[in-house]
Amino acid sequence: MIAVLFAISVVVFLIFNVIPNSDPAQRIAGKNANPALIARVTADLGLDQPLPVQYLTMMRKILTGQLTSYASSQNVTEQIWKGLPATLSLCIGAAVLWMTLAVIFGYLSAVHSGKFTDRALTILSLTGISMPVFWLAAILLYYLSFKAQLFPTSSYVPFTKDPVDWAYHLILPWITLAVLFVGFYSRVLRSNMLDVMNEDYVRTARAKGIGERQVRLRHVLRNSMIPIVTLFGLDFGAVVGGGAILTETVFNLNGVGLYAGQAIGSLDLPPLMGVTMFGAFFIVLFNTIVDVLYAFLDPRIRLGEAAPA
Amino acid sequence: MILEVNDLTVSFATDGGVVRAVTGVSFGLAAGEILAIVGESGSGKSVTAQTLIGLTRAPNTTISGSVRFDGAELTSLDDDGLRGVRGERIAMIFQDPMTSLNPVYRVGDQMIEMIRAHRDVSKREARERAVDLLRSVGIPNPERRVHDYPHEFSGGMRQRVMIAMALSLDPDVLIADEPTTALDVTVQAQILRLLDQLNRERGLAVVLITHDLGVVAEIADRVAVMYAGQIVEEATLDELFYDPLHPYTWGLLGSLARLDRPNPERLAQILGQPPSLLNPPTGCRFAPRCPHEFDKCAEPPPLDRDRCWLDLDEKRRLREVDGRIGLRKPVAP
Amino acid sequence: MKGDTLLEVTDLVKHFPIKSGILIDREVGRVRAVDGVSLTLAEGETLGLVGESGCGKSTLCRAILQLTAPTSGSVRFDGEELVGRNRRQLRPIRRQMQMIFQDPYASLNPRKRVSQIIGEPMELHGLSGGRDTNARVRDLLDRVGLPPEHADRFPHEFSGGQRQRIGIARALALRPKLIIADEPVSALDVSVQAQIVNLLKDLQDEFGLSYLFVAHDLGVVRHVSDRVAVMYLGKIVESARAAALYQQPLHPYSTALLSAVPIPDPKLNASRERLILEGDPPSPIDPPPGCHFHTRCPWMTDECRTDEPELRELAQAHVAACHHPRNLVEQT
Repeated sequence: MIAVLFAISVVVFLIFNVIPNSDPAQRIAGKNANPALIARVTADLGLDQPLPVQYLTMMRKILTGQLTSYASSQNVTEQIWKGLPATLSLCIGAAVLWMTLAVIFGYLSAVHSGKFTDRALTILSLTGISMPVFWLAAILLYYLSFKAQLFPTSSYVPFTKDPVDWAYHLILPWITLAVLFVGFYSRVLRSNMLDVMNEDYVRTARAKGIGERQVRLRHVLRNSMIPIVTLFGLDFGAVVGGGAILTETVFNLNGVGLYAGQAIGSLDLPPLMGVTMFGAFFIVLFNTIVDVLYAFLDPRIRLGEAAPA
Repeated sequence: MILEVNDLTVSFATDGGVVRAVTGVSFGLAAGEILAIVGESGSGKSVTAQTLIGLTRAPNTTISGSVRFDGAELTSLDDDGLRGVRGERIAMIFQDPMTSLNPVYRVGDQMIEMIRAHRDVSKREARERAVDLLRSVGIPNPERRVHDYPHEFSGGMRQRVMIAMALSLDPDVLIADEPTTALDVTVQAQILRLLDQLNRERGLAVVLITHDLGVVAEIADRVAVMYAGQIVEEATLDELFYDPLHPYTWGLLGSLARLDRPNPERLAQILGQPPSLLNPPTGCRFAPRCPHEFDKCAEPPPLDRDRCWLDLDEKRRLREVDGRIGLRKPVAP
Repeated sequence: MKGDTLLEVTDLVKHFPIKSGILIDREVGRVRAVDGVSLTLAEGETLGLVGESGCGKSTLCRAILQLTAPTSGSVRFDGEELVGRNRRQLRPIRRQMQMIFQDPYASLNPRKRVSQIIGEPMELHGLSGGRDTNARVRDLLDRVGLPPEHADRFPHEFSGGQRQRIGIARALALRPKLIIADEPVSALDVSVQAQIVNLLKDLQDEFGLSYLFVAHDLGVVRHVSDRVAVMYLGKIVESARAAALYQQPLHPYSTALLSAVPIPDPKLNASRERLILEGDPPSPIDPPPGCHFHTRCPWMTDECRTDEPELRELAQAHVAACHHPRNLVEQT
């Protein structure tokens, strides 16, 4: 885990230093700065040091929470912390929505495979997968918020201030973020279930005289969910870690993603570094959680090597 | 007869055409008897077994004929009706104990699920019954083992678990689909002995599907031989081994590499292959491979102990090849 | 030359370490798959190897062929030591030792045509090229009883028995001296087994092949083998000429194996004295001390619990590892 984080930080740092026009000193110093001024700003920011030293300094600052943005002199860590509630509200809510719908759609698709329900849901899923997030967000915003006035356009309302309003403001973003995943997950679940339905133990379950619905839920669905859970862990980590950028930007939610978006726009390295590290940390954390969870779900993994044959 | 199958026909619609897996199969099972259905792959024996309790029902499957059990017609029961029979009156165990148990549930929980699907008992009562059942099939430490997962058992033990589970509601009939094929020979001997014991002590009737004539000789009372979706011979155990009347049976017996007597230098083989079930021959289905085929074989022979037009005396004469029962090699044209 | 020793395996050991640990893997145990096996095979001879799952016979086959590096021991093929050689050194020897696998559905690459499956090894070893390969492939197909015109088909277009024939043709392509057949007929129907067994015997006569024939069907093994060895938990417990082993099994496990096989003759079967072993074979991770078989042996004594018996010659060309062998006829 540590190795992964280290590698990511080095890569981001190097990329940033390779991008043209990214010299922060020049921008901070202002448009009409003369070389002397730029040189002074450069020294100030420690940008004249050799790269490895710059890197180490930055990492030290990140780990001690002292990293400051070049552009706005705000503390990066503070900003990330401020943005967390919005991002988490968005991601968790969307996750609940997408998993619920995906399971329902996937299950129905598999059970009624080949028939009308399945075909209709398939079309729906594929449409969902194909829609670009930002486009969908913009469309929803335009039609449902602006024109029909059904939903508010303005930004995030903290939960602590007004729960109902909080949810009201998040409905469209939740839908936007969830649509893609519902499509994808329901397809995967459908495919898993169709495979599992042909397994020997499902045949045994039927032969035991258990009702068809019980067979489908306790044996088919249960076993089909295992790979879904692992996928979910990885996707959720990625979404929190920065995948929500576009959604946050369009809906103007003050989350970590929006912060990252702004930093990209102004080519501001410290916040980018901070957000990237935050994102990477989250993803790696979720990876680990998923590994542990898998052991719970599949006892063959948990208990180690196979029993004597 | 507690189970009577009459003219059972099962066909599957596939991309390549209609596969006639089972055609006109009829047989009976008496209470407390062990009936073996023997055949090679593609003979239709597994499909027959699974169709008895409706496990082959699917949109692309056509089933006709009758399966009467204890006065009820099973083929016309809907899923709910069949639920009352499956497990409760007719139980089934399958070939591969590794894949036939759900790997994510404990063995005890799977047994409890079955018990509680049919009886109104508490979990604890169901678990006690499960422990008793495991003990009765010879699993040591059943109180502890009931909490284990399937992969923590060896192959033979897993099959015992399957048998225990199948017996949990005291069924009248057990259908065993190749129960020992995936097991080692010493474990197979244990399982066969267990099945025999259950049959004798509880009067449990068994339909045993197998391809192994040795297994048949070990525990069967009566035998039905299947080929290309049909029953070609039906006999008592002694009749089958000492007085077989169908050329395919002779071929099967003759091609065995036996332990109890010397084998010929070259094992006798049945030339050719089983016919495709997409388009089975209209006459006798074994005729294309039969060295004794003659003109009458173009007509499908009826089943009466065996499905063959040859005269009884002719059969008894023709099956003696080099001092033993076998299928003569066809004479070169 | 027929009769000369072709393969000599001495004290072959293959252990698989079991590792566990959070950051650093520590070895917490070993699977003693092959635990000191010695055997010899002469040219033109068939050695049958029987044993049940977990006895190590498949691992033994792979260790002999150096498909998996042995932990210790020696494998001499045609006088040359194989253990410890690197891939390049093994290459020319590999030509002479080939393997036929159990599952005809899994052992052929479904994306390759039969002509490629059989022809590639020949071209790789420089035995033929181009049109010559084609001719040889067709010849081989004919030899194994398949129509040569089918050389351009894919494996899925053939039945199980036919696929096994393709596997045999592939093994023959390099004109090996030794073929190790790992359960070659177990996955086939009985009537097809007879065909393949007959084919293997014919090919042996025609090409002077030696076979190491691994199987669990005792009847088939007796039919094809000159000598038979019985494996239990990574060791050979008995070895003799085929007829001798079946008539006079010395080791209790051999007796149990033979006793367990049901005979397709109801009266004979019922009148036999049967020895049915209780319980499961112990795990190769933690074999019992002393004689590995003592936990299931009806004739076990204290000696068996502590002392591991050696393979000794107890009758003419008949070795067994047991403190109390059965069926010993007094030699005068």
